[in-house]
Amino acid sequence: MALDQEKTKQFKYIGTRPKRQDGVDKVTGQAKYGADTYQSGMLHGAIVRSPHAHAKILSIDTSKAEALEGVKTIVTRAEFATDVTGDNWNILENVMADKTALYDGHAVAAIAATSALIARDAAKLVVVNYEPLPHVTDIVDAISEDAPIIRESSIEPNVPEGYHKNITRRYECGKGDVKVGFGEADLILERDFFTEGVHQGYIEPHACLAHVTPDGKGELWCSTQGHFNVQRVCADLLGMESSQLKVTASEIGGGFGAKTTVFIEPVALALSRKANRPVKLVMNRSEVIRATGPASSSWSTVKVGMKKNGTITAAHGTYRLQGGAFPSAPSESPAQVTFAPYDIEHAEMIGLSIMTNRPKQAAYRAPGAPMGVFASEQIIEEMAHELGIDPIELRLKNAAKEGTKGVHGPTYQRIGLIETLEAAKAHPHYSTPLKENQGRGVAVGFWFNFGGATSVSMALSLDGSVALTVGTPDIGGSRASMALMAAEVLCIPYEDIRVTVADTGSLGHNDDTAGSRVTFAVGLATIEACNAAIKELCKRAAGEWGIEPEAVKWEEGFAVPSGANAGDFAPLSLKELAAKMNTTGGPINGHFASSPSGAGPGFATHLVDVEVDPETGKSTVIRYTVVLDAGKAIHPDYVEGQMQGGAVQGIGWALNEEYVYGKDGRLQNTIFLDYRVPVASDLPMIDCVIIEVPNPGHPFGVRGVGETSIIPPLAAVANAVSAATGVRQTRLPMSPPRVLKGIKDKQSHG
Amino acid sequence: MVDVQLWVSLRRFADDQSVVTVEAANIREMLAALVRKHPALEPIVSGGVSVAINGEIHAESIVAAIPPGAEVILMQRIKGG
Repeated sequence: MALDQEKTKQFKYIGTRPKRQDGVDKVTGQAKYGADTYQSGMLHGAIVRSPHAHAKILSIDTSKAEALEGVKTIVTRAEFATDVTGDNWNILENVMADKTALYDGHAVAAIAATSALIARDAAKLVVVNYEPLPHVTDIVDAISEDAPIIRESSIEPNVPEGYHKNITRRYECGKGDVKVGFGEADLILERDFFTEGVHQGYIEPHACLAHVTPDGKGELWCSTQGHFNVQRVCADLLGMESSQLKVTASEIGGGFGAKTTVFIEPVALALSRKANRPVKLVMNRSEVIRATGPASSSWSTVKVGMKKNGTITAAHGTYRLQGGAFPSAPSESPAQVTFAPYDIEHAEMIGLSIMTNRPKQAAYRAPGAPMGVFASEQIIEEMAHELGIDPIELRLKNAAKEGTKGVHGPTYQRIGLIETLEAAKAHPHYSTPLKENQGRGVAVGFWFNFGGATSVSMALSLDGSVALTVGTPDIGGSRASMALMAAEVLCIPYEDIRVTVADTGSLGHNDDTAGSRVTFAVGLATIEACNAAIKELCKRAAGEWGIEPEAVKWEEGFAVPSGANAGDFAPLSLKELAAKMNTTGGPINGHFASSPSGAGPGFATHLVDVEVDPETGKSTVIRYTVVLDAGKAIHPDYVEGQMQGGAVQGIGWALNEEYVYGKDGRLQNTIFLDYRVPVASDLPMIDCVIIEVPNPGHPFGVRGVGETSIIPPLAAVANAVSAATGVRQTRLPMSPPRVLKGIKDKQSHG
Repeated sequence: MVDVQLWVSLRRFADDQSVVTVEAANIREMLAALVRKHPALEPIVSGGVSVAINGEIHAESIVAAIPPGAEVILMQRIKGG
């Protein structure tokens, strides 16, 4: 259901739920994903991966593999550019190891052969001579005194002297004086919390087809969240010019942040360039889990002070995130985000990025935020219970609103946190009686949302239908949302608009489909591209009528005289003007490009009820409600999809998912049988309540919704399990053995 | 003049100040003036920062104007997934 808070605009198309533009293709299996592209003469690739968590690469002998019939070429790091710097150097180091294998599964060589089977067989014939080095995979061990130092050269200048050499970044923000704040508190609570590394769990593995010709031109088809970024990074890693590499994004079976970077694409290009043949490279699930994606594991220490009436007087948090063997863990994110929902006078938050011998962490919806909120929202909930205050009331008492200076710095403009809390409190879920062994949890979440570089074009056809061209892969239904916004502006039916995701050669630069930005930023560009076309349509009508273009306006899909003084002319429809366009001045197109700011922040409140089996420790989610401020839901089905998807991924993160490393530093659970993501039968229907507090930075009030929904569930589920068991859940995942041990320990200690 | 609020860990690069006052009409000028005044901030600024002006976050664009009396917050570059 939608709760309109401020009904300032009436819409004809926006807010409706038409059929998705890619629906038929996807339900009939016709949609082309990353592995669905073929070329004649195509070779198949396979990657040789390190079996060691940390090892020097002394030599690589490819002679036996090269001798296998069907093998066409083999590449190592020597085939890549040598002048790569900065973030791209770290990406290259992850794509193909140089002198050191940094984690189990790190790529060290790749093969192209006439069949995938031959390529895989040949991979086993590559002889790599390793010298194993000491390794560390656990975040606590990584900053212990005797931990091996992984890459001291990656330490950023913001880390002061005296810190452990595996800490590569230190970020601190806050306001006031926490000593004063804690001095004013009646109750102070401090705890440590731990979360394990998890994978984004997209169903579609990474897949691509690359073709580089001897003249230096290249073409790449791949599953990605941003093909312009793929073009830029791959060109740098291969020493090519960006414009000579055309990249086409396939349909995408999930990315959740991890497909904002590259893994196999540069390898396929290098193989193709050396073999002078097209090369297809498709990861299997084990490779996906071992060598792509994972979100950081974390260790957070959070302390909160409160008055007896529930007023938060001070908050302190230290958030340690490991980013694998790379300096990339987003530790500044939990530092900024965790207490951002609250109006707190004294707060201090520190983020520390830590290196381990694990894969390079990749973004996972609101990167870094869920782990920190797992800590902060549990402390808040526990203190509410201790003070005998309703958990939602306590959050309402401290909630940030317009004019509040956030603990991360900025003063909020119009935001909708209070509206989400009030809707959650009024929801029937919150008053449903609980039974024995059941518990209820609440948590809130904040996310910045983004704008980002965007280009959009639209072209009018002679029959009056519209081709809208965007450059952001459609992951969550953006084609439908863009068509709805274009329909609203042009005042033509949704069905008359077809949206295409263009390749890098057909449209100007677009940032990734990431950061909850597409409906906001691409929507904004769509609106302006349509407005540019409307301006031209009005000019054509003015020509027909022999009046000045300024004397014509666009109304309900027609050009009409702007007033009585303009003259008395029959309105001209878009179809009428389109039919004549080639003789009245030529084709009519609209284009808009910008890097907009003004993406309004998002807030969400989650409610969850869990039942815990006291004999097995198994937790079952029996009721779940997501309340989210979407600003304005363009296509509510897709907003609800984001809300439900975030909740479900959070439930998996909370209850089952984890990277399990052996003492040898190797990952133990590399397939979905052992890495347990939630399936439909594990879950109740996730109820969604869309709040609409319009974002003043968007013509229709849109706020991003792609990330906020994954922030609260870890804490919400932990609060529910804690309530059901009477044992505070400080460590994820809350797997049955772990929860059962907590119950048994509590029983044995009375 | 613009009062730029730094995040806490930047203070050691800016003579322990939490607010640095510079002459600037937009983000580009503000960042340049900040680095001129405190050169130790250069690697941080060139590494990428975001700027909030009166609560509106400019993730990477440097063209936004800074109105007189605006609240200006320097932030670590905002990234999403």
